[in-house]
Amino acid sequence: MPSRQASARYSAFGLLRRGLTHRDWPRVWREHDLAPAYDAVIIGAGVHGLATAYYLAAKHGFTNVAVLDKAYVGGGGSGRNTAIIRSNYLTPDGVRFYDRSVKLYESLAAELNFNVMFSQRGHLTLAHNDGSLRTMRWRAEVNKLEGVDSEVIGPKEIKRLVPFMDVSPEARYPIMGALYHPPGGTIRHDAVNWGYARAADALGVQIHQNTEVIGIDVRAGQVRGVQTNRGPVSAPVVLNCTAGWASLVSAMAGVALPISTHPLQAAVTEPVKMFLRTVVVSGSLHVYVSQTDRGELVFGASTDAYPSYSMRGSLEFTEELAGHVLALMPSIAKLRLLRQWAGLCDMTPDFSPIMGITPVEGFLLDVGWGTYGFKAGPVAGETMAELIATGKTPQLIAAFDLARFAEGRLVGEKGAAAVGH
Amino acid sequence: MFQIPCPHCGLRNVAEFRHAGEQRRRPDPQTATPEEWRTYLYTQANDAGWTRETWYHRFGCRRFVGVQRHTVTNEVRPADTGPAPSVASPPAGIDAGAPDAGGGAM
Repeated sequence: MPSRQASARYSAFGLLRRGLTHRDWPRVWREHDLAPAYDAVIIGAGVHGLATAYYLAAKHGFTNVAVLDKAYVGGGGSGRNTAIIRSNYLTPDGVRFYDRSVKLYESLAAELNFNVMFSQRGHLTLAHNDGSLRTMRWRAEVNKLEGVDSEVIGPKEIKRLVPFMDVSPEARYPIMGALYHPPGGTIRHDAVNWGYARAADALGVQIHQNTEVIGIDVRAGQVRGVQTNRGPVSAPVVLNCTAGWASLVSAMAGVALPISTHPLQAAVTEPVKMFLRTVVVSGSLHVYVSQTDRGELVFGASTDAYPSYSMRGSLEFTEELAGHVLALMPSIAKLRLLRQWAGLCDMTPDFSPIMGITPVEGFLLDVGWGTYGFKAGPVAGETMAELIATGKTPQLIAAFDLARFAEGRLVGEKGAAAVGH
Repeated sequence: MFQIPCPHCGLRNVAEFRHAGEQRRRPDPQTATPEEWRTYLYTQANDAGWTRETWYHRFGCRRFVGVQRHTVTNEVRPADTGPAPSVASPPAGIDAGAPDAGGGAM
């Protein structure tokens, strides 16, 4: 296993020295020739694939692993999301799972030696009617039972947290209360991708960019390897960690999925002085807002109304978004949008992911992450690594298996996942 | 924004329609097992390319309309155009106008 020089470790002193001299900046990860065989092949170099590779190497000693991506590290959903982290879900299965992810994110910077800029600034989900207030109370109670910090607060406290919010009863969509989740917050999503890639590379995992999987070899119900644009690779375990292309990659192995792919658009404003500390989400208005450390407001919304693989932005989205944001914060009407973009979301019928084994032995899934995949990256990686290393499905993801759809065991998270980022 | 050719109303903006899903074979409700029925309900081809699908013209004739759409470029053409799509082509007997092809208004 190639070892990394000690000088490659990031530190404040190293940053100062290299910043002054601009000499020997270390490479973050290496390039390799594609080997004919690996112990495991992971398709998709986003946060899920890279985290799985990292935990395979770090916790289980599996280093003969290749992560393949048809483009570049973190170029899909992992680099297009709005980088919000939270665990205030609705079902006990969902809450336990995402809470483990928040815990892993809390120690990630130290573990990876990479500043991921996790900022636990608090997360507010607004309720504009009795129905959503009831769901907030339900979520708060489930959260508390699972040991997750969540509570329902009233308009006065909301105003204290976000002074710019219109909480008057005369508002177009009056705010009746909110689910307040202090451990929630934002993170630098590129840093998470790069940090996992660098740490996995240092442990011997090979990351292959511009390596597109064009076929999956299955013989006698067992996966044998993959065909790529750089040649064939054999492996007893192939993990599909793609988002947006999950159905197409799984179809190569003959596994049909209950997924439809929808674009989700987001937008960012010009930077302004810090005024919004917490993440603000309104399910009824289909919008979520947070302010980055640079001062830009990041807006996200619900997915487009029809499935598509197109990542073009639309004017309808921008108009609707602006209208909804102004209903919450009329004072930002003069802010200008800097840019908008779209990512692809693989929506499942119950708004929960699909993780674990398939009818094809050795072909594993970590897909169907809808609009909530980024926040689950670390725990998905940890549990998928355990599944690959031990051959046993960890309890934490047992409820998310593919067989649940045919067997009628759906894990309904729509009430907490549909827009609430 | 793109337009959908409604056979009853003509070319209309997509905002007038609700996507009702890709067309797929429905098993016989009398004989299907619960597993077969759930597989029919949930599993989709979700193809990237030309697909056959049903849209509901909610702000127009309020009828279900079958079209072909390219899911990467969002080009749309009438259901009876050109070569059949590679996947998700519906077997004979499924009528795009039938409620079972769309699942009803939400």
